[in-house]
Amino acid sequence: MLVISCPYCGDRPEIEFSYGGEAHVVRAPASVTDEEWTAFLYQRSNARGSYAERWRHAHGCGRFFNARRNTVTDFFEQTYKIGEAPA
Amino acid sequence: MADIAIAPARRTAPLPGAVDRRIEKSAPLTRFVLRLPEESITAAGAALGLDFTAPINRAVTAGYRMALRLGPDEWLVLAPAADAAIPGALGAGLADRLFSLVDVSHRQTGIRLAGPHAGAMINALCPLDLGSAAFPVGMATRTIFAKADIVLWRTGIAEFHLEIWRSFAPYVVSLLHEIGREYPD
Repeated sequence: MLVISCPYCGDRPEIEFSYGGEAHVVRAPASVTDEEWTAFLYQRSNARGSYAERWRHAHGCGRFFNARRNTVTDFFEQTYKIGEAPA
Repeated sequence: MADIAIAPARRTAPLPGAVDRRIEKSAPLTRFVLRLPEESITAAGAALGLDFTAPINRAVTAGYRMALRLGPDEWLVLAPAADAAIPGALGAGLADRLFSLVDVSHRQTGIRLAGPHAGAMINALCPLDLGSAAFPVGMATRTIFAKADIVLWRTGIAEFHLEIWRSFAPYVVSLLHEIGREYPD
């Protein structure tokens, strides 16, 4: 089983977590065009390799946090709290 | 039209001969979910006589009141059902501070699991490391048991307290009974 390190609780089994999509997506301002709004809502970088993601420790502390995961190997390079800069 | 016999739901009925002494219902408890911002922690501790500064995933006990820190700002406060003073004490002690207190007494039910194989029985359907180094006495956390969300609290070397949502309790207890057959005490 994959072990994910929650920044609050430490190493925990994967099944306690739920995935939250790409991290660091900045909300578009209200004045944008339809195309820019569509891009904000639906388009993700979907990188092959190192990818910044949001995860939630749903069956644990319940907190959202950010992680950097390699989408090829599934290796979690790091996890960090929301609002913190990646190391 | 022929009579159709409907078999009773198997999971909710105890298994034949499966009265397991190691699994028992806890005494009736009153339960609260308490959310506190950083600046309210000390005042809340003074109001209830509990140490809310204990690290995350730890349980603290003071007299008959217990607080399980489930998240950075979330506690599960347990007390005997007769203790009706918690909301009043917290309201008085935190009059000008932020906090949230939700009574969940009837949402959950408590199960006490004891015996030399208690940890192994939980580990049958919960992947947490329950070794005494990784999960010492006094540690408490929300986790998953089979498909049910539970709060697991180690109250002794060979003793656990499980807080289960009431509707999941027959599911969890019947699974524990079934697992218990592998571990004759």
